[in-house]
Amino acid sequence: MTPLEAIWDFVVGDDWRTAAGVVVAIGATAALEGAGVTAWWLIPLAVLALLVRSLLAAARK
Amino acid sequence: MSAAEFGLALSVFLACTVEAVEALTIVLAVGTVRSWRSSLYGVGAAALVLAVLIAALGPALSAIPIGVLRVIVGGLLLVFGLQWLRKAILRAAGLKALHDELGNFAEETERARAVGAVGARESFDPYAFTVSLKAVLLEGLEVVFIVLTFGANQHRVGLAAVAAAVAVVLVVAVGFAVRAPLARVPENAMKFAVGVMLTSFGMFWSAEGAGAHWPGGDAALLVIIPVLALTSLAMVASLRRAPAVAR
Repeated sequence: MTPLEAIWDFVVGDDWRTAAGVVVAIGATAALEGAGVTAWWLIPLAVLALLVRSLLAAARK
Repeated sequence: MSAAEFGLALSVFLACTVEAVEALTIVLAVGTVRSWRSSLYGVGAAALVLAVLIAALGPALSAIPIGVLRVIVGGLLLVFGLQWLRKAILRAAGLKALHDELGNFAEETERARAVGAVGARESFDPYAFTVSLKAVLLEGLEVVFIVLTFGANQHRVGLAAVAAAVAVVLVVAVGFAVRAPLARVPENAMKFAVGVMLTSFGMFWSAEGAGAHWPGGDAALLVIIPVLALTSLAMVASLRRAPAVAR
């Protein structure tokens, strides 16, 4: 395992979709706030959706 | 101490306690079977590396502008926290095996015996040294990550490091007093709490870093943490009640 792979595994783990969803949610929050839209609610909603998706996927395994 | 600082100290203390319990099991196993001296050298070497990491990276992270720091470190903390929370929910729901310290101790003891004869009591045992070093380093890296991300975001790396050190001293003292794995520590409940705290602070800081303003400012954490905890408990109950989907 290369150092980069080890860091990836350490931070992201076995569910890269959750990490990608977090990045998208933060980016969308920044974009909305930049456009003058209040967006503090977006990350909690995204986290809830990502957690449910990840749990169901793990449970189905 | 503010509520956020208390949350920081508590999260680091709990995270460090569970990681220290896991590392202690391995160190006790190789120390008992092979060489205490070599095992403790391994523990010392790993602790030194971890302390140097915190001392080197802590000030460097704290020097980054707070907006940039919060979006990057908050995001990392959120991803990392979701990993902890997901695993804790799955364990609590019975969909993932609970950490078994007694089982791990037995396995590690067996492995240490199978490696071969131990040399003279005074001699250096590379196996005991390496296994202890690796265990403390791997478990400790998670703690370093939490200490640095939490500490840097609040400019309280020192407080986070003290909370971690207190946890280590406590676990080591109890572990060496009883000379057995700390199987009664409610590891999953503690991991659940840490997952909730990491995810909550990660949400808070990453949103702030992205330019959002929480209603009530820092006080929003007093809502985010219990709401996430209750939601997670509801997910546990829901997964337990849905055997057809889950299993």
